[in-house]
Amino acid sequence: MNAAHPAIALEEAIVAFGTRHLSFDCRIDAGGITAVLGPSGSGKSTLLNLIAGFETPDRGHVTLMGQRMDDVAPSRRPVSVIFQDNNLFAHLDVTTNIGLGIDPGLKLSADDRARIGQALARVGLADYEKRRPPSLSGGERQRVALARALVQTRPILLLDEPFAALDPALRAGMSALIGELQAERQMTVLLVTHHPEDVRRLADDVLFLEEGRILLHAPREAFLQRRDLPAVAAFLRD
Amino acid sequence: MRRGLVPGLLTLAFLVSFVGLALVALLSADTGMPSPSGAFGGRFDVTVWRSLRFTLLQAGLSTLLSVLLALPVAHALARRPHFLGRLWLVRLMALPLGLPALVAALGLLGIWGRQGVVNHALAALGLSEPISIYGLSGILIAHVFFNMPLAARLFLSGLERIPGEHWRIAANLGMGSLSLWRLVEWPVLRGLLPGVAGLIFMLCATSFTLVLTLGGGPAATTLEVAIYQALRFDFDPVRAMALSALQIGVTLGLLLALRLAAPAPEEATTLGRASRRFDGKSLAPRMIDVVILGLAAVFVAAPLAAVAASGLAARPLRLLSEPAFQQALATSLAIAAASALICVALSTCLVTARLSALSMRRRSLPARLIAGASDGAGSLVLLVPPVVLGAGWFLLLRGFGAIGHFAPIIVILINALMALPFATRILSPAIATHHARTGRLAESLGLAGWNRLRRIDLPCLARPLLMALSFAAALSLGDLGAVALFGSQDLVTLPYLLFSRLGSYRIQDADALALLLGLVCLALTMAGTPGRGHRAEREGRPI
Repeated sequence: MNAAHPAIALEEAIVAFGTRHLSFDCRIDAGGITAVLGPSGSGKSTLLNLIAGFETPDRGHVTLMGQRMDDVAPSRRPVSVIFQDNNLFAHLDVTTNIGLGIDPGLKLSADDRARIGQALARVGLADYEKRRPPSLSGGERQRVALARALVQTRPILLLDEPFAALDPALRAGMSALIGELQAERQMTVLLVTHHPEDVRRLADDVLFLEEGRILLHAPREAFLQRRDLPAVAAFLRD
Repeated sequence: MRRGLVPGLLTLAFLVSFVGLALVALLSADTGMPSPSGAFGGRFDVTVWRSLRFTLLQAGLSTLLSVLLALPVAHALARRPHFLGRLWLVRLMALPLGLPALVAALGLLGIWGRQGVVNHALAALGLSEPISIYGLSGILIAHVFFNMPLAARLFLSGLERIPGEHWRIAANLGMGSLSLWRLVEWPVLRGLLPGVAGLIFMLCATSFTLVLTLGGGPAATTLEVAIYQALRFDFDPVRAMALSALQIGVTLGLLLALRLAAPAPEEATTLGRASRRFDGKSLAPRMIDVVILGLAAVFVAAPLAAVAASGLAARPLRLLSEPAFQQALATSLAIAAASALICVALSTCLVTARLSALSMRRRSLPARLIAGASDGAGSLVLLVPPVVLGAGWFLLLRGFGAIGHFAPIIVILINALMALPFATRILSPAIATHHARTGRLAESLGLAGWNRLRRIDLPCLARPLLMALSFAAALSLGDLGAVALFGSQDLVTLPYLLFSRLGSYRIQDADALALLLGLVCLALTMAGTPGRGHRAEREGRPI
C-alpha cells in the first residue's frame, strides 16, 4: 500500500465533555486490523466517532488517507461504519438496505444490483435479497451490514463492537469473515472490542485507551506480553 | 445538527408572537375604548370578581369530588385484576376524554336534566322537587363525568406499578385491607395526588363549553364564559381585558404551583400486566367492589347511552342530505385537517430542535434557548386558554374591520395550539427513539433531506405522526372555545351548529348532530391513543 501517509492520523485531537478532556494522537498504517481496547468510558466510541465524523474535535485534526477531514461530513469520508446493532432499517428489504450504501437516493443500475448480489453471496447470504431485517438472525443482520460496507468500497472500515450481540459460535464465524475480507480488500479495519479472544484471533495491532488517552499502541504480540500496565494486565486476565 | 435548530427557532418565534400579540392586546392598560362599564377603575367591578370566585369555587369542588370518587373506583379496579369486562370498563373510563364537551353536555342533560332519566325516576318515587342541572350542580356533575374517570385511570396505573412482590409479602405477613391501604396503597396514591388534583383543577378552571351550556346566569359564570359574553353580547372590551388578566393570573399561579409541587402524572400502559392480588377475597369486599364499579360504570355510560339513544331516535342519517350540515361538516373537516397538520408540524419542529440542541456538546445561545424553551412552549399554550387567546385576537383584528376574513385562520391556529402539548407528548418519545436508532446510520450513509424524509423518517414515524394528527384533529373537531368567538354565518363548524341548534331548541337536530360528532371524535381519539401496539414498535425501526 501507499507508505507515504498513514490511513488514519489523529494529531492532538481534543474533545471536551464538560470538564472531561479526551485527547488522541496516533497514526494507523493502511491495510491491517487494529483492535481498539480499554475499559468502559475510556473513549473508544469517541475515537471512532471522531474518525467517522459524528464528532468534531475542539482542537487538533483528523486526517484520513492523507486528507484533512476538518469539515467533511460523515458520508463523504473514506469510511464505512458498522455498529453493535441498529445497522439496518427494518422497513426496507435487504437489497434496499445495501443499496443505500451505493446511492442514498437509491437510483440503482442493473450493474449496482449485480454488485449487491455478489456482496450478499460473499457474506454467505445469497438469495436473501428480498428478506426483511426482522426475519433475520442477529448474525445475519451483521452480515448484511458487512455486505453494505463491501459495496461502499471505502478504504477504512470501523467496527463498533460488531459481535457484542452475537453468541460465541456466530462471533467466531463473523470474525473469520472479517479477517478474510480484510485480506482480500486490504481495508484498514478498526475494531472496538471487549474480548481478548478477538485480539488473538484478528488483530495486527492494538490501541489501548485509558481515561481518554491512548495508553499503548503496539503490535499484537508485544501487547500480549505486557504485564507492567495494570489496566492491560486486567484486560488480559479476563 | 445545526440545521435542526432553525425550524425550531422559527416555531418558537411564531408561538411567542402569536400568544404575545394576543396578550399585548388584552393587557395594554391604555385602551382608549368606550366601555359601558366605565373607565379604568371600573374594570374590576363586582361581576368580574364574582366570576373569579365562581371559577375557583367550581374548579375546587369539581377537583375534590372527582378525586374523592376516583379513589374507591381505582382501588376496586386494582383489587380485581381479573373479571369479565374489566378491560371494557377501563376503556369506558377513557371515553369521556375523547368526547366533545358539548356532546357530553347533551348526554348529561338526557340523564340529569329536567326531562332526564333521574328526574323521571324521582317523580315516579313521589318526589316533587326535581334536580336542576343548570348552575353549580350541573357544572359539577359534568366535570366529575369528565375527570373522575381520568383520575381513576391515573390512580389505577399508579397502583398497578406496585411490584408484585409487595402483594406477596403483604399476604405472607397477613395484612388486612386496612393495613394494606395504609401501608401499601395510600403511600402510592398520596404521591400521585398533587399531580392529579392539579391537572384536574387546571382543566376545570379553564373549562369553557360545559360552563357555557350548563352554567346558569351571572351567578354561575366563570371567567372564560364571562370573557365570551363580554365580547359577543355586551361588547365590552374593557371588561373582557380585566377578565382575561384574571384568567391568566389564575392559570399562571396554577402552572407555577404545579411545577413546584407536583410532577405531571403519567399513565403507564401496564394494563395488560395486572399483578396478582391476594386480598379482598371474602364476600364483603367483593360486594363493595361490585357496587362501586357498577355505580361508576353506570355514571359514565349512562350519558353516552343517552347520546346514542336520542341521536338514533332523531334519525341522524337524514342530516347527511341537509345543506347546513354538509356545509358545517366541510368547514369542520377543513379546519380540523389544517390545524392538525399545523400542530404536528410545529410539534415536530420543536421536538427535533430540542433533540439537536440537547445533543450538542457546546451549546450556542440559540441552542440553549431551544433546549429550555421547547418545554416552556407547552406551558405557554396552557397559560393562555383558547378563549383568552381568541379574545386577544378578536380585539386585535377588530381594528382591521373585517374579523370574518381572518376568523378561519385564527380558529385553525388556536386549535393547533390547543393540541400542541398533546401532540408533543406523543411525538417527543417517538422522535427521540427514532433519532437515537437511525441518526448516525443515516448520517454515515449520506441520507439527508428529501431522501431521508421519504425513505427513513416518514416510514418509521408514520404511526406516531398519524396518532398525533388524529388526536389533534379530534380536539379541533370537538372544539367550541375558539369558534364561539369567531363563529358567524360564514363560519359554522359542527359544534357551532350544534350549539346554535340547542339555542333555538331544535333538539332533534341537536341530538342527531351530537351522535355523529361524538362518534367521529371518539374514533379519532381512539386512533390517537397509544395502545399496546408492540407489533408496530417492532416495525419500522433499524435492527
